[in-house]
Amino acid sequence: MDWVNAVIQGVLVGGLYALFATGLSLIFGVMRLVNIAHGDLIVLSSFLCLAIVSGLGLHPLIVLAIVVPLMFALGYALQRGLLNFTLGPDILPPLLVTFGLSIVIQNALLEVFSADSQKLPAGELQTASLQIVEGLAVGVFPMIVFACAIAVIAGLQFLFYRTTLGSAFRATSDDADTARLMGIDNRHIFALAMAISLAVVALAGVFLGMRTSFDPSIGPGRLIYAFEAVIIGGLGSLWGTLAGGIILGVSQIVGGKLFPGADQLAGHVVFLILLVVRPRGLFPRAVD
Amino acid sequence: MSLLETRGLTAFYGDFQALFGIDVAIEAGETVAIIGSNGAGKSTFLRSLTGLLSNAPDAIHYKGEPIGDLPANRIVGLGIAMVPEGRKLFPSLTVEENLKIGAYSGRDGDWSVDRVLGLFPFMQERRQTPATALSGGQQQMVAIGRALMSNPELLLCDEISLGLAPTVIKDIYDALPAIQQTGTTVVVVEQDIQQAMAVSDRVYCFMEGRVTLEGPPDELSHDAIKEAYFGLKGAA
Repeated sequence: MDWVNAVIQGVLVGGLYALFATGLSLIFGVMRLVNIAHGDLIVLSSFLCLAIVSGLGLHPLIVLAIVVPLMFALGYALQRGLLNFTLGPDILPPLLVTFGLSIVIQNALLEVFSADSQKLPAGELQTASLQIVEGLAVGVFPMIVFACAIAVIAGLQFLFYRTTLGSAFRATSDDADTARLMGIDNRHIFALAMAISLAVVALAGVFLGMRTSFDPSIGPGRLIYAFEAVIIGGLGSLWGTLAGGIILGVSQIVGGKLFPGADQLAGHVVFLILLVVRPRGLFPRAVD
Repeated sequence: MSLLETRGLTAFYGDFQALFGIDVAIEAGETVAIIGSNGAGKSTFLRSLTGLLSNAPDAIHYKGEPIGDLPANRIVGLGIAMVPEGRKLFPSLTVEENLKIGAYSGRDGDWSVDRVLGLFPFMQERRQTPATALSGGQQQMVAIGRALMSNPELLLCDEISLGLAPTVIKDIYDALPAIQQTGTTVVVVEQDIQQAMAVSDRVYCFMEGRVTLEGPPDELSHDAIKEAYFGLKGAA
């Protein structure tokens, strides 16, 4: 039963990794931008939530209603005011600028919140669990996170493949100049993509802060998980990203059980093995 | 007042000048052909009209308004649609999605997916097919349909016969009268002089970024065209 338990925990934590990865995958898909600051933006959301929680005394899940729109707006402004100017035939400028942004965010957080470890108070949710069968209990909070991951991915899937805005996203991704001939303002579309990405990041950041402790330096580590989930799942596939997150989560928890202390290493090793066996990921969708 | 008028239009790619003061006037309802060899500046001219290349505001007037400096995504909403060279369908979108994205600018008018399907009936069964899985000629028809979905007053067609078999070219040009009947002004850019002369009311010939000849096709002599097209005087 211990092993079943480990796998279930792994699957559930995979939902969180999928949330880390979805925003990264989305903006890469729409504008071929690799956002090195993605992990730090996750941590920024955790701290934003912390500041509001300590200021207003509300539960973190309620504060989501503030943090998510805030990060959505920040994403739009960030893309419109900065990142749009870095896009072009050369892929290096956006990498450098987001790398710089990553350092700026880390240091700003350090300045404001210090290097102390923080945690979002989850209240009773912290320990609440459901008894599935004798000897197997599943935490309520991890299940909420997993359900949110599925809902977010299903929602984005709907947005991308069933709506006019989704067609505009895909058309701009295919060929921005021709999309402009259709009346699509590519700068606006890119900004919306970043806004949606950071809205998901906000969700991920709050869940992260409720699940474990965090400090300003952990962003790049979350970025690695996000990258690994995206690559395992296959570029451009949203459901693949969920699968990638789950594989990563299960590898870490099961690996940690086999070799105590080696949970992170186990995740990286499984990622590398999959990269060798399936270089394009499990469900590749991207054409190029 | 002309529907569209350019005054001393120039265009540059970096230091390279592609257009040297183009003066063109297009009247509402007519069909104009622009001919010229490779590199004459025909496509650059269309890219300028659609806003993909930016210009001085006064270089291009549409219905009397200066539009030279408007971005491409605004110009389509004014009623200028383009069928780009090489079709440029969106590979991630199905045939139907490609048509629908053509209506993104939200201009009012009579064109709808059903009407485009009426014009090109083969699309009916291929609606859900990825657009780039079609044959070249079929893709060209989707590209034309996509442009029509924006309900244009001025339709710019860049080399729509390029790389297609003669029978397919005929099928495509057979759709032209139905488009003209709706009052749409059409500009076709063609390397095929015969084709251009056959469909147009007036012809402009470009050479090396300048207009070298202009007039109704039946008033232009073979030799005059040859000279304007190739820059050869009196050559046989």
